[in-house]
Parts: sequence; structure tokens; C-alpha cells
Amino acid sequence: MNKRTEKIRELASNLLKDGKVDMVIGFNQGTTPMATNPDIARSPEQAEKFIWDNNCSINLANYLADRKEKIGIIAKGCDTRNIVNHIVENKISRDQLHIIGVPCTGMIDKVKIASEFDDEIIEYNEDTGSDSDSGNNFSVKTASETKELLKKDYLKANCSTCMHRNPVIYDELAADLVEEPVIEDQFADVRAIEEMDSKDKWNYFDDLLKDCIRCYACRNACPLCFCPTCFVDESDPQWVGKGQNDIDIRTFHFLRAYHCAGRCTDCGACVEACPMDINVRAFTRKLVKDSFEIYGWEAGLDTEKRPPLDTFNPNDPDEFIK
Amino acid sequence: MENPYMPYPVRIDDIEIATEDKSLKTFKFVFLNKEDEEKFSYHAGQFAELSIPGKGEIPIGIASSPVEKGFVKFTVFKTGVVTSYLHNMKAGDIMGIRGPLGNWYPWDKLQGKNVIIIGGGFAFTTLRSSIIYMLDPANRSKFGNIDVVYGARSPGMLLYQDELFEWEARDDINMHITVDGTDDPDWKYNVGFVPTIVEQKAPKADADTYAIVCGPPVMIKFTQPALEKLGYREDQIIMSLENRMKCGIGMCGRCNIGKELVCKDGPVFTLEQLNKTPKEY
Amino acid sequence: MKVIKIDKKEWDKGIDKSREKYQLFGPVKSKNNHIFKKLENDQPLDMEYKDSVLSPKSVLFPQTEKILETTLDESKDDHHIMKRADTDYSPRAVIGISPCDAKAVQLVKLNFDTKDYRDPYWCDAYEATTFIGLAVNRPSIYDFSPSAGSGPFAEEGLDVLLVDCGNEYLAKVLTDKGEAFLGAAGFTRKEDAKHAETIITKMKKEAEDAIVSTISTDKLKDKEILDLHGAPFWDDLAFSCINCGTCTYVCPTCWCFDIQDETKGNMSIRIRNWDTCMSPLFTMHGSGHNPRAEKTQRVRQRFMHKLKYFVDKYDQGTMCIGCGRCVKHCPVNIDIREVCNTMNSYEPKSENEI
Repeated sequence: MNKRTEKIRELASNLLKDGKVDMVIGFNQGTTPMATNPDIARSPEQAEKFIWDNNCSINLANYLADRKEKIGIIAKGCDTRNIVNHIVENKISRDQLHIIGVPCTGMIDKVKIASEFDDEIIEYNEDTGSDSDSGNNFSVKTASETKELLKKDYLKANCSTCMHRNPVIYDELAADLVEEPVIEDQFADVRAIEEMDSKDKWNYFDDLLKDCIRCYACRNACPLCFCPTCFVDESDPQWVGKGQNDIDIRTFHFLRAYHCAGRCTDCGACVEACPMDINVRAFTRKLVKDSFEIYGWEAGLDTEKRPPLDTFNPNDPDEFIK
Repeated sequence: MENPYMPYPVRIDDIEIATEDKSLKTFKFVFLNKEDEEKFSYHAGQFAELSIPGKGEIPIGIASSPVEKGFVKFTVFKTGVVTSYLHNMKAGDIMGIRGPLGNWYPWDKLQGKNVIIIGGGFAFTTLRSSIIYMLDPANRSKFGNIDVVYGARSPGMLLYQDELFEWEARDDINMHITVDGTDDPDWKYNVGFVPTIVEQKAPKADADTYAIVCGPPVMIKFTQPALEKLGYREDQIIMSLENRMKCGIGMCGRCNIGKELVCKDGPVFTLEQLNKTPKEY
Repeated sequence: MKVIKIDKKEWDKGIDKSREKYQLFGPVKSKNNHIFKKLENDQPLDMEYKDSVLSPKSVLFPQTEKILETTLDESKDDHHIMKRADTDYSPRAVIGISPCDAKAVQLVKLNFDTKDYRDPYWCDAYEATTFIGLAVNRPSIYDFSPSAGSGPFAEEGLDVLLVDCGNEYLAKVLTDKGEAFLGAAGFTRKEDAKHAETIITKMKKEAEDAIVSTISTDKLKDKEILDLHGAPFWDDLAFSCINCGTCTYVCPTCWCFDIQDETKGNMSIRIRNWDTCMSPLFTMHGSGHNPRAEKTQRVRQRFMHKLKYFVDKYDQGTMCIGCGRCVKHCPVNIDIREVCNTMNSYEPKSENEI
């Protein structure tokens, strides 16, 4: 058991013992290799099941919207930014929450790891190591081989451009703060698509979406998508068809990305949830870049500030309105 | 077997505004193909899917009675995409009807029995079908006493008013028409909620009396205890349910209540059957 | 019993020859996963596939299928008269379908082909299809099919069972349809049946022994629906669910669908799409009333349907055939095996205990 797991269990148990919260939301060990299961603990005994490892990629802030209880929540850097978003957007109030912040050194990309093997993965182990237990080494086993791999080689795409590893809002920390990396060009991936000519771009997005099955796992895993009725579900009037029509599929993804503009924290839960391994972030990243480069805005850093598309200021650029 | 998704083409023959606030209209349809009318032979209590190409389908109880030939009637409440479009259609327009679907009131079991019919609001449609069926000269002698308790918010919201008052004048059926409230000084009938009138006017239960209940959830909720007070057992109370439907033929899986599909195992259930299912309706 | 031996070197040629008489469907690699698709003219299928994220149910039950079309052009005689949409039901073969997926087809058939109604779209497709199954020599860790009513070498629902023996396939002929397909592909070299049976039986045992994951379903039938429905474990079990729909879409036995009308210009079509009980819209009434408005109710519905309502209604075991796709792909690791075991062992508290 690594140190973060130990600390999380201790802090969560204490919260419940002292009656400070009604429940704590965290991760339990999954039933299959490299899986974790978001769960709630309502008693100190249940809190002893929490774990923390390189597979805690789902964004737990997704479970907070509109809840009425006092809640303890285990949150890594990006998750805490979504909690800030929720507070700004009135989906939960700060005093309901006791945030156990986890300084994060990144999560691993299951798909990339699986592609290193011919057979399916049957076991995953993290080295406890003598360092600060950041899971930097892990071993993956199949029926025919075992490989020792390094986290830095298999970081999820969003983790490799993350500049907010430390929780931005917290009540307690489950580990020491980690160093924030400096990334040369955090939007290199978006620029690569921007620079494509129209035909290549069209093909890129076509190829990206050709396997989409409209399961809405991306939308449902996203903490930002909390509309009581999503635009794809409206029937009177109906905005988007529900069938496997290319235009309808593209409409869903492009519009959803725009609805996340100025709010997306690039947590990668959408990509994590997609059963067809579609890089859903290809849509939202563009909006994250534009928010940053046009408005100097990064989502979820300050509970006192509203996102740029929410506010109006006499100094706003307006050359594009003629 | 025929394609159960294919509606019979019909033409709207007549449209009547059924209530004073115009939220309900009664549509009379004729089949474009004579043989379809025969294929559509139905029993009182069944429903059909009214099918408008380009818009969708809606499951509506059949208001006309099997003894009325040459047409079928449905009374439709305007509430969503399809019903709004239907309300704006005119006589002569062509659309489709799929059916008849579902099970029906247990006419076999009701032979030789007394029947009390309890309806509220615009759920009275299949009850109209039932009453006309029972009152038909060929059928009347098959049943014992017939009592009807039917109520709406106000006189103008009662469906099929002309027929109601006609039945009221007959001596082979006991009508207890009621409204929740009215300003009309000439109102001759009852004033009070349906469950209250049931308690006051409905016959007490005996081995030979069955109750057919059809209405909005709140009416059913309060009518049930009233019937229990009168001694009706759960297998003597017959109810017609609604649920969200699409295929109407028991395949798309959405209308289930436990393992019963409302479109196929229902919509008619006895209270005894319903008490065995989870309350997901 | 008849067994045909197919040298792998002859496989591609035979498959190409069968294209003269059959439309072929088979596993094809797409990004990191395999999916079952209609093969384009020369497209080969990947017989080395380990599992497919989407099941072959889409061969008989496409995700979006046109069922009716109507012209709204009032100048035409048949305006507003709905007609069945044209679909190609010429003979087709699904190659490489796993035995548990083939059993799933048989369970889905119970829904679409009943004594009262016959769904012509699914049934016509089913009748046109020959199922050439591929036994699973090395089952995945997600496979729990033997305890779910199937198995890696099961034969129910298949017309031919192919067993991969390294350099060749042994093709066990199970029906006339299967024999016809093998004939059309030119796979006619008979193998000694007894000899083949010995080999197949040995491989079957190895595969079945390799599966350690099981579910217990023996007590499900005897439980009361209302007891299971009202059990206290649903709230916590459903907590992590994000109600996406992944489980229902990857599942080979989930058959629920939606019917939508779409209009473009003067043409209107009625289509049927996969739908999911996970969606809040699934049971939403026009009045706004929703019997399953809460997430817990919807999660409970899915498992009650798969593991209880179906069991009671059809008396053919559970609706889950143990493919493990939902376990593998659920973003929050909700595991049907755990749910099933919880349901199977649930004892409601008696009056005295409360």
C-alpha cells in the first residue's frame, strides 16, 4: 500500500469518525486489472477500502453536482479545478465540502500500455518504492510476459501537458505538494491540427468520430455536463437526430466542446470513459487553448472569478464585431 | 405474419373539440382500405398507436366501441410533439394507425357480473368504449347492474357530454356524473371528487361485482382506499395503466413494470397483479 | 457428426469464393479495438481477434435502421402512406462469432420472434444469416460464459463451429445452413469425425478450465421480485454509475430500441436506434412524470431485467451470457458478476430481525 493510500484512508476515516461529513467520495480497488471504482464511504470501516494509484483517472467532482450532504472528497489537481467550477456555477457550496487534496504526478494511459503487449493484461502492480510513492514504476503482466514500465513513458495525454498537479483548493493534503512542471508549448497538439489544410482536417475529424456509438459516456463522465436536459435529448424542438448519422454525431461532439468552453480543465475523464477509445479531447483542447490565448483564462483556479463567456467587461476585444 | 410496425393508412373524417379549454380533441378515422377495418377488430380496453409520418407515434386508448362500425375514434390530449401536430391537422388528412394493441378489460370474466366503472378526467376514453359495448342490445343482458362514476374538474371538461346525459336518462345504467366544482346553478348532478362520490354512491362489494378504474394517478391513489372500504378485493379491481411506449408490441423494452410489459401484458391489470410488481409507474 | 478440415493457407481463398453467394460480416480492427462489420469487397476479417468491443448483435440489429419511409409530397398518389424501407436480406454469413455471442442471438430471438408478433427486420435478417462461430481457445479474464449458460466451445445458435488448431481449422458442421456455407467457400475436405472430436474435446476442456471467473445464479429464480427490488444494496451499488449507456451498447443481449421519425424535404423516414435504459429519457412520460427519474432506479432496472425479470419470464436462465464486455468497458468498473452474486445471495431480513 503506498503512502498516499495510507494517508487518504486515515484522513477519510477521521472525517467520518468525527462526524464532520456525511460521506466521503473516493476510489476503491477495481475488480479487473487497472480498474478503479468510485465509491462512497459512510463509516470509518468503509473508508479503509480507499486506494490511490495511477489508475484514478475518473473525475470525482462529477459526483458532486446538486448534492445536499456534507461531503468529503478525494481530489487531484484537475478534480479540484472542477470543484472550483462547481462552486462558481452554484452546483455545490464550499461549506458543504471537505476536500482531501492529492498532489498528483499523473495517471497512466491504459490503451498505450495495452498496445505494448500481444496478450491481454492480467495483472498490474505498482512498486511501493522508497521514494515518495508516486507510482513511478509499475509492472504489467500478461499470460506470456511481464514488463516493468516507467510512468513517465506512459502518462495520459492530458497529464503530460498538465500544469496544475497540486490541488488548487483543499482542506487537507494527502501528500506533500509536488513541483509544477513547466511545459514549453502546452498546446502543441492543437496547433498540429490547426495547421492542417481543410481536407486533412476534415479527414482527421471524420476518422476521429467514425467509431462513435453515441453512448454519451464522455458527456456523462464530464463534471461540466450537468444540464437537466442535454441539448441532444431535447425533443420539442429537436435539435439533433439520435441516429448514427455523421452530421448528428459531429454536431454532438462539436457543440458539447463549445458548451465546455472556458470551463474545461482537461481532466481527461471523457477520454477515459469512452469505450471506443476516441480522443474526445481533440475537440475540447481547442477551446481550452482559445480561452487561454484570447482571454488569458484557465478554468477552475479561483472561486471568485467567472469564466470569460459568463462575463462582460467594457474592455473586451470587439474588433470582430463590425 | 404482418409487419407490426406498419400502420394501416387512415383518413381523418371528423374532428370535434372535446373539452371547453380545447386541450382535448376527438378524432374520427376511417380506414383507406376496407379490409384493414376488419383486421383492426378490437375489444373495449385496447389501445392503438396513432402514427404520423415525420412526427412519430402516440399510444392512445380506443374511444370508439367494437359495436360501432365504419370508423374508429380517439380522444387525444395535447401535450407534446406528436399530439400538438395532430391537433393542428384537418379532416381529410392521411396518417396511420397501428393496432389494436394490448389486452382488454376481461369481458369473459365479467359476464353475468355487476360492473362499476370509475373514471376521471380524460382517461374516460376506453371506458366510453366499454359502456357502449355493454349497453348495446346484443350485450346488455350479459351483464348485471352497471354503475358509472365519472368526474372532471368542471362541466366543460367532461368528455362525451351528450352521451353522458343520454345514458343518465336510461334506466339500465346508473350514472353518477360529478365535477370537482362548478359555478353553474343549473348543474343537476354531483359535485365532489371522484373518490368521494365512489364512497357515497358506489355499490358495496359482493362476489359478483367488479370495478374498472381508469384515471390519473392521483385519482387512482384515493379511489383505491374508497373501494377497499366498500369491501372490494384486489382481484375485483381492474385498472388500466399508462406508460411511456414506443413499439407497442412488447419488443422495445421500455414500458416494463417489473417483468410485465404495459403494452403487451397490459395495459389492463387487476390490482392483485399490480401489487406483485414494483411500483415503477 | 461431420467435420471439415480447413488448411489456413486455403482460408482466404475460400472466404473470397464465399463472397459470391454471401455478404460477409466479421471482426475488423478499428483503432485499438475490434468491431463486427460488413466486410467491404476484398476486406479480410481478422480471425486472430481476441474480443470485440461491440458485439455482433449489430449484424441483425444495426444501431440505426430505417424501418419505414413515406413521401410527404402531396402531388404523389401514395403521399403519407407509410411503406417498409428496402433492406438487402440476401444471404449473409457472420464469421468468427464467439459461442457466447451466438447464444446471445438466441436469447434476443425470444424478444423479436414471439407467437403474437414477429419483428420482420430482425427476423428476416436472422433467417438470412449463417453463423460461423469461432471457438475461444484462450478465453479472456473477462469471460465467465460457462456459469452464465454458454462457454468457449458452446454450440447453441451456431451453424458451424470453427476450432483453431494452429495450422488449420476444424469445422464442426452443426446445421444444413452451415454445410451450405462451407460448400460455397469450397471447404469440403472431410476429417475423420472421431479423431476431430477427440481433439476438440481436449481443447474445450482446456479452455473451460482456464476460466476461473464465475457467477452464481442458482437462487435467482426463487427470489421474490419485490424483495430484490426493494433490497437495500442498490443505492450504494449504483453510486458510481454515470448512466452512460456503454454497458447496454456493448452487451450482446441488450435489445431495447427507440423509434424516431426524421424528415428531410419531402421524404420522411422512421428509424429505429439502439436505446438504453440508463438514459433518463427512457421512461419519461409526455406529462413530465418519470417512473425512473433517479439514477438508482435505472441501474436497478438494468440488473433486475438481466438477472431476474428475464429469468422469470422465459425460464431460460439469465439474460447475461458472460461475455464480460460490460465489465471491461464500464468507465467506473461496475461489475455485473458482483451484482449477480449479491442478488443471488440476498436474503431479506425477516420481520423478527428488524
